Amino acid sequence: MQSLVIVAHGSHLNPGSSAPTYDHADTVRATGAFDEVKTGFWKEEPHFREVLRTVEGDEVYVVPLFVSEGYFTEQVIPRELRLDGWDVADWDSDGLSADQATLVAEDIDREVHYCGPVGTHRAMTDVIVRRAESVTGDPDVGDDVGLAVVGHGTQRNENSAKAIEYHADRIAERDRFEEVKALYMDEDPEVDDLPEFFESDDVVLVPLFIADGYHTQEDIPEDVGLCEDYTDGYDVPTDVDGTRIWYAGAVGTEPLMADVVLERAADAGADVEDALDDVRETTRVATGD
Amino acid sequence: MADSAPASADAEDGEAERPDPPDIDLPSDAFDAVLDALDGRDPDEPLRFEGFGVARDDGDREGDAAGTYRLDPADDDPRTGLSERELHEALDERAPAVTDWYAFERVVGEFGPRRAFLRWIEDADGATVATRYAALGEGIERAWGELKVTATITDRGERRYDVRHADDAGVPIDELDAYDDPLDARDLVKLDAKGRYRPLKTAPSLAGGWVFPDLGPRDAYEAVETVYPATVANWHREREGELDVTNWRETMERQSGIYGVVKTWDRGEGYEHVNWVAEACCDDSQCLKRREWEYDDETDLDVDGGDGVFPCREPCSVVVSAARKWTRLESEQPRTYEFELTPSEKEQVEDVIDAVADGRTDEIREADTKEGANRYRTRFLRAKLFDEDGTLGGVPTEPDEDDGE
Repeated sequence: MQSLVIVAHGSHLNPGSSAPTYDHADTVRATGAFDEVKTGFWKEEPHFREVLRTVEGDEVYVVPLFVSEGYFTEQVIPRELRLDGWDVADWDSDGLSADQATLVAEDIDREVHYCGPVGTHRAMTDVIVRRAESVTGDPDVGDDVGLAVVGHGTQRNENSAKAIEYHADRIAERDRFEEVKALYMDEDPEVDDLPEFFESDDVVLVPLFIADGYHTQEDIPEDVGLCEDYTDGYDVPTDVDGTRIWYAGAVGTEPLMADVVLERAADAGADVEDALDDVRETTRVATGD
Repeated sequence: MADSAPASADAEDGEAERPDPPDIDLPSDAFDAVLDALDGRDPDEPLRFEGFGVARDDGDREGDAAGTYRLDPADDDPRTGLSERELHEALDERAPAVTDWYAFERVVGEFGPRRAFLRWIEDADGATVATRYAALGEGIERAWGELKVTATITDRGERRYDVRHADDAGVPIDELDAYDDPLDARDLVKLDAKGRYRPLKTAPSLAGGWVFPDLGPRDAYEAVETVYPATVANWHREREGELDVTNWRETMERQSGIYGVVKTWDRGEGYEHVNWVAEACCDDSQCLKRREWEYDDETDLDVDGGDGVFPCREPCSVVVSAARKWTRLESEQPRTYEFELTPSEKEQVEDVIDAVADGRTDEIREADTKEGANRYRTRFLRAKLFDEDGTLGGVPTEPDEDDGE
């Protein structure tokens, strides 16, 4: 019996924090690739400490719904899941290349496959592009349009910026968008000055965050100048200093994220059959009008 | 919240009043499951049902490809050489026992927490099939936190479960919002009745107005585990004597990052601060889990752990987060401030603290000025005692605040 456990941050304050986790779990569940799909959280229930005891399967894949390798994926999650003998070296990662480690979870005395975070998977690049499509409503978006991939920055975690640059570079190589830039919230180049970094009249802003919350709903709209006060709301697109900025919140809410979850589990050995194709198809942006 | 599990030990008293078990027809899926289980099974190891066993009986009719069966009643001679049709007849006569086997061995399955929970609901490890089926015919009610779970049985021996808020007991289904997907419970538990986010799912603030009127066994378990995650798993471990309790000290020692500071709150022998935490957060009025964790292996807390059905095995993330705040606040040294209050004002301060701590502020009527925490009374107190900077009694929080200018 094959089980998928999606682990995410969750929130004590924001009721919407768990929504993308539940949504992606539902998408994966609907594919039938796993006998069960469970969710666990740092700030909600079931907690990381107790989620594995709710799991029935004997082939367990744990996928962190986090954007980068760092404190949570390397310390908190393995500790709270009680992965016996965990050492971050098990991932043998350069900060972007964590794939999986197979360890016994003491809580259930069974092996689990602990996967790298969704945010650094190569398939995440496609989700960022898909996000640009869904925000603009244009499945062919790219010509004459700039793309800003936005992250926290390195203040708390140097791998955070690595992930942003990785995806920005990969998208740039595809020559789909007029220009692609990596911008940050707490270091240069700062998202606050977005129009200065782009020549295109239209720029899609995609933040590499899992859930909508303070950063994506309050910080970014105000810092970028989409609105004076986030409670006023803003249009999509909004003209800021002559640049039309297309923005609609965290990339983690994009339905195609479920594909990355599946990719992570498949890379770790899960048998997902046709589920990858299913998810890519069912989450597509509709063509035409 | 009274449970109505079937009586087992006091069967003598209940015998006269017990309702008749419902008539059960043996469904083909149950019969097929029996045949399937017998297929390839050693004839010397009969499949056990309550009151009888069934085994393959291949030896009696040599050369009969279809195979035959043997029925071993507990209190009668075995019947051998039964054809499949005769076996069906015999099992149909014993349909309650067969459907009971089918329900737990094939529908519910082996997974420990789910199996234990669903067996507990109908006291399957204590009461006979006849007793349970009679009780299920009437409806067996169980409380789980603020949930009421009612188990019934169809004439095919299938269990059906109604899961709803205990406050909605007796409300007709068509007056409630009805759901059939247990995962829909994720939305039902998100907000309390006033629309406020519930960060702790076991807080006694579950909103009502909904019902899962007709769930199968697995979905009933999922619904309960969605409303109260991991509570069945922990309850099951506790029943098995395997609950892994992690006490306060060990939990705080484990914390890192912004929560690492909490371990500095524990100093020397004192654990009074943890009593205060448990009284603040873990009381039954705040959380329905029964606190089983203590200060450390040697030191129990002095406050009550509560009466919940399901245990709490370690300080939760809400407690850890709050403890982080208290660790910072409690690192401050007390100071002596001098205020002048009338006796009634002093009591009013106590009333306000009580009302907030007990979540009663909404219940205090607007014009009820007898209540110290009444809004007009409190606004009056503020108007009288706060200066233009919002400082109580005009007394600065920092003693040297006045001296600077």
